Amino acid sequence: MSEKLQKQKANVVTPPQIQEVNRSLYDFKDAEHAAYKTDAGLTEDIVRQISKEKHDPAWMLEFRLKALQIYSRAAMPGWGPKLDVLHMEDIVTYVRPDTPMRGKWSEVPADIKNTFERLGIPDAERKSLAGVGAQYDSEVVYHNVRQEVAAQGVVYTDMESALNGPYAELVKSHFMKLVPPTDHKFAALHGAVWSGGSFVYVPAGVHVDIPLQSYFRLNAAGAGQFEHTLIILEPGSYLHFIEGCSAPKYNVANLHAGCVELYVGEGARLRYSTIENWSKNMYNLNTKRALVAKDGIMEWVSGSFGSHTSFLYPMTILKGERARMDFTGITFAGAGQELDTGAKVVHAAPKTSSHISTKSLAKDGGVCAYRSEVTILPQAAGSKAAVACDSLMLDNHSRSDTIPAMDIRTDDADVGHEAKIGRISDSAIFYLMSRGISEEEARSLIVSGFAEPIAKELPLEYAVEMNNLIKLEMENKQGQAGEGTR
Amino acid sequence: MATLLQVQDLHASVDGKEILQGLNLEIKAGETHVLMGPNGAGKSTLMNVVMGNPEYKVESGSVCFNGEEITHAKTDVRAKKGIFMSFQTPEEVPGVLLEDFLRLSKSTVSGKPQRIFGFKKELQHTMAELQMDAAYANRYLNVGFSGGEKKKTEILQMLTLQPKLAMLDETDSGLDVDAVKIVSEGIRKFKNADNALLIITHNAKILEDLQVDFVHVLAGGKIIKTGGPELIDEIGKYGFHSLEAGEARE
Repeated sequence: MSEKLQKQKANVVTPPQIQEVNRSLYDFKDAEHAAYKTDAGLTEDIVRQISKEKHDPAWMLEFRLKALQIYSRAAMPGWGPKLDVLHMEDIVTYVRPDTPMRGKWSEVPADIKNTFERLGIPDAERKSLAGVGAQYDSEVVYHNVRQEVAAQGVVYTDMESALNGPYAELVKSHFMKLVPPTDHKFAALHGAVWSGGSFVYVPAGVHVDIPLQSYFRLNAAGAGQFEHTLIILEPGSYLHFIEGCSAPKYNVANLHAGCVELYVGEGARLRYSTIENWSKNMYNLNTKRALVAKDGIMEWVSGSFGSHTSFLYPMTILKGERARMDFTGITFAGAGQELDTGAKVVHAAPKTSSHISTKSLAKDGGVCAYRSEVTILPQAAGSKAAVACDSLMLDNHSRSDTIPAMDIRTDDADVGHEAKIGRISDSAIFYLMSRGISEEEARSLIVSGFAEPIAKELPLEYAVEMNNLIKLEMENKQGQAGEGTR
Repeated sequence: MATLLQVQDLHASVDGKEILQGLNLEIKAGETHVLMGPNGAGKSTLMNVVMGNPEYKVESGSVCFNGEEITHAKTDVRAKKGIFMSFQTPEEVPGVLLEDFLRLSKSTVSGKPQRIFGFKKELQHTMAELQMDAAYANRYLNVGFSGGEKKKTEILQMLTLQPKLAMLDETDSGLDVDAVKIVSEGIRKFKNADNALLIITHNAKILEDLQVDFVHVLAGGKIIKTGGPELIDEIGKYGFHSLEAGEARE
């Protein structure tokens, strides 16, 4: 190995100093449970190995190899946060826990179970959530769909089973059609090494009353996670899918390059909620995309709290007439974090409408960027698009950028954009304190209030989790607060 | 009667500009004091300094409450001791419901956790007295409230928190005649032998139902004249100018 390469390697194990907050609740790891680990670098052999291990159908192996070729040729993104600490040749792309699929909670090994318990999964289960497909490392280890949901004809399974099951053709005709490997380098990487994830199919007219929930988690140091989520809603159906993420802390750069593809049929409605709480050394480069047919509704609720660096812009293509999308998002960047988030929408049919509302918070030198792209194509006459983004900076050394792009190709469209950037006002703090509330509480109250429109959109336990996260982040601030003259 | 507030030789500045220049004031339990004076005389500054607004800097002098020195105490500490200020322009706090905020505030100030249903009932009762729509309890604090609604909300907070000293900074401005009447009635009900009021007003209407004990005229950062309620009429007729001129002659 050349000296230069060795140096690069050394760089990887000494990542930038990231100040950790009090997140001991989320930071715990178990002894590595890996039955099988690939070499650190990414080669055709590794991709073949992954494919073999996963019992891919032949077309999938081909797909992976093509994606690998695209990946090898594609350049790293030349915009957004820096990714130079990320050396793909050192990322262990595939780690599989040595547990086969489990249908019953009691059969899951104790320490894996322990990890989930500390993340509150069985609780959520008890609270009558429909099914839990919890991903541990790269493989689904626990999976359970409630009888009544299955009885409605709803398929909720892991991607591997879906690939080889009765819905194999459906998977094949939809897999990475919305996000092709040619989209960008990390989409190509995903195509080559994807592993795990969920498949959901809701038949026409079926209204799934209880949300389906999936929890993703990274455990092994240096492991990337490339889960694939594919959801297909037939006409007139309804589903709420919740994706929650939390990863333990590691001192090696971690990469998450998942992919979410959502197909919303005519008149169907899909709500997709996410709270991402990756540990603060994670590189989160997730790609999410939805295709919405006539009269369909796509609703995104997205909370980004963790990770070292995020690139996240869920995209919606309003393909059918009167299709609609609502995006509600919040991003909270603390010390050492650079979170580049936003949303994209393409109006490709008449009378489509979109509404993007985002909030971002930056503190302790954290950097938030709101980046959006609204495109209204010539055929989308009578469409409406509204964008509102609010940023709140909690101190003088944090940063918040707003980068909205709009490409409107018809005169017959109603487009609005408003952006507000502010700081917590001292007079608001004084006002609340004059009612007996302490300075820390007052700050926390203002921040929770700022985030409230998002919390309102989340199921209760997630809203509570989000509020707890905000409180944790705010408490961490206390050490530096109170330098006032009071 | 026990002295609640004792302000001694208070000098205070904002942005390096000295506003209060040796102010003395004593307020005892059971009393109602009115502060009058031209714009910029330092009336609001006095209230802000007593409440501990960090934008104002105390250069010298002292503020005592209930015999304890609070000149440099934090605002929330003062509130817990029983000092309240009704703001001229109350802050809007998005995302925080009026009821939730006030329950938290009441729990903190009283030191007793407030039960959700008991508190709600009490709040609804007080809101009815102030002829406020109960729906406001479930709106974000002051967000989108009209000027009049904001002022009523301030009085609602005062009635809920039951402070020992309530300082009302132009609570009647921006209110129509009927609303002044309602607010004034609320203040009258609040007042008892154990608490005290300090009121800034340009409008004698709000004082009609109240028994005013002292009227102070503030000019140039000090109290230049103190008298009884008759001073209100005098100022109404001749303005502050005659008093300021009078002081210059003395």
